[in-house]
Amino acid sequence: MITKRIIACLDVHGGRVVKGVQFVDLIDAGDPATQAARHAREGADEIVLLDITATHEGRATLLDTVRRTARWLFVPFCVGGGIRSADDAAQVFEAGADKVSVNSAALADPTLIDAIGRSFGAQAVVVAIDARRDPQATNPVRDAQVFVQGGRKPAGRRVVEWAREAEARGAGEILLTSMDSDGTRAGFDCELTAAVSEAVSIPVIASGGAGTVDHFVDVFGRGKADAALAASIFHFGVSSARSLKEELARAGVSVRLPC
Amino acid sequence: MHVTVIDYKAGNLTSVLKALRHLGAEPVVTDGDLDLVENAERIVLPGVGHFQATERLDATGLTQAIRAAIARGVPFLGICVGMQWLYAGSSEARKQPGIAHFTERCARFPEGQEKVPHVGWNSLEVRTGSRLLAGVEPGEFVYFTHSFKAPVTAHTAAITEYIEPFSSAVERGNVMGVQFHPEKSGTTGLKILRNFLSWEGKEIA
Repeated sequence: MITKRIIACLDVHGGRVVKGVQFVDLIDAGDPATQAARHAREGADEIVLLDITATHEGRATLLDTVRRTARWLFVPFCVGGGIRSADDAAQVFEAGADKVSVNSAALADPTLIDAIGRSFGAQAVVVAIDARRDPQATNPVRDAQVFVQGGRKPAGRRVVEWAREAEARGAGEILLTSMDSDGTRAGFDCELTAAVSEAVSIPVIASGGAGTVDHFVDVFGRGKADAALAASIFHFGVSSARSLKEELARAGVSVRLPC
Repeated sequence: MHVTVIDYKAGNLTSVLKALRHLGAEPVVTDGDLDLVENAERIVLPGVGHFQATERLDATGLTQAIRAAIARGVPFLGICVGMQWLYAGSSEARKQPGIAHFTERCARFPEGQEKVPHVGWNSLEVRTGSRLLAGVEPGEFVYFTHSFKAPVTAHTAAITEYIEPFSSAVERGNVMGVQFHPEKSGTTGLKILRNFLSWEGKEIA
């Protein structure tokens, strides 16, 4: 039976894992390679490394970090942040990533999805969508809007439509972050996640708002998510992938328990 | 040990090479140097993406060289599309033949309730006597990402259920294939690759 995936996300800045609220007040949370290996050992099904600085000068540092992190990692490894061209993606794959996640660059030029998919396969392209419900709309969920610049600027696209276009262009997965829920620890946006998951045939990874085990149970059930991203709850050993999965299994969610 | 890894420009080989090196093998890559196939101790054909990409194997002469190597008894492992290539063909690219080492054809998962592609960690029901999957216990999982799959037959080494049962591993003589990605399947995947690397390879298909 296919299991629900728990994905550990590492926000990286200048070669270190960092933790903060809305990308300010960053606290050092360790070495990416060490953290990734620990999460994999504790049962994370996948690792996402997100370069939150993504500056041109930082590319060499990022590639070095990807290389070091990939070296001992034998679970799927996705890298995002600042991937603007198929060449950028190629360098990240060469350094050891299995997938890349693209966000604003794909909105600016959607053919980026086609280009990476053609060279590396659909399974290697994750389209990340930062979403906010539209409180003015008659249906705030169906009409939820795509945002860029860390959720500050509307991209002028509807979330469900953009997810469908991404799939049609050859995206392998959608990483959906609810900017309304992000950082709240009050739960995922299950309605929005379900709306996107029902609109596409590719897997949807839910992100934003994880605080308790029940939130994960909810997003896998009501939210119809195929996978869920857990970022801050994994740092500093607050909750390990192992303990999260043991509790999910007790709640009847099908998960891969670490050996 | 030298392992010849076939590059037919379908995706990225880094993960496969890294896993083989981690297990002490010395992989060499060829995208057309037939000597590396003719002198291969073992062959791995990875592959993600579209079945049509295997046409490059025909164009470069690698198909013939690999057939000959298989006939000599060189242990062969196909991964994902590399496994599907061992069959007569796939409905993903109807005009592109596989090598028909297994006579059936691969087909897309039927549309319905579940999502296609099948992406994520799923379990294996290992058939007794599998050399490739020796030591894989019930409750161990491996990582899949695919939309096309091989049917369950007498040569099936493991069955996985998604929408319907399919062959997640196949074995006949010195020829083995896995639909999942052992290089991305944690300690279970490494165990399977180690089984391939340590198999003595005396049986010829």
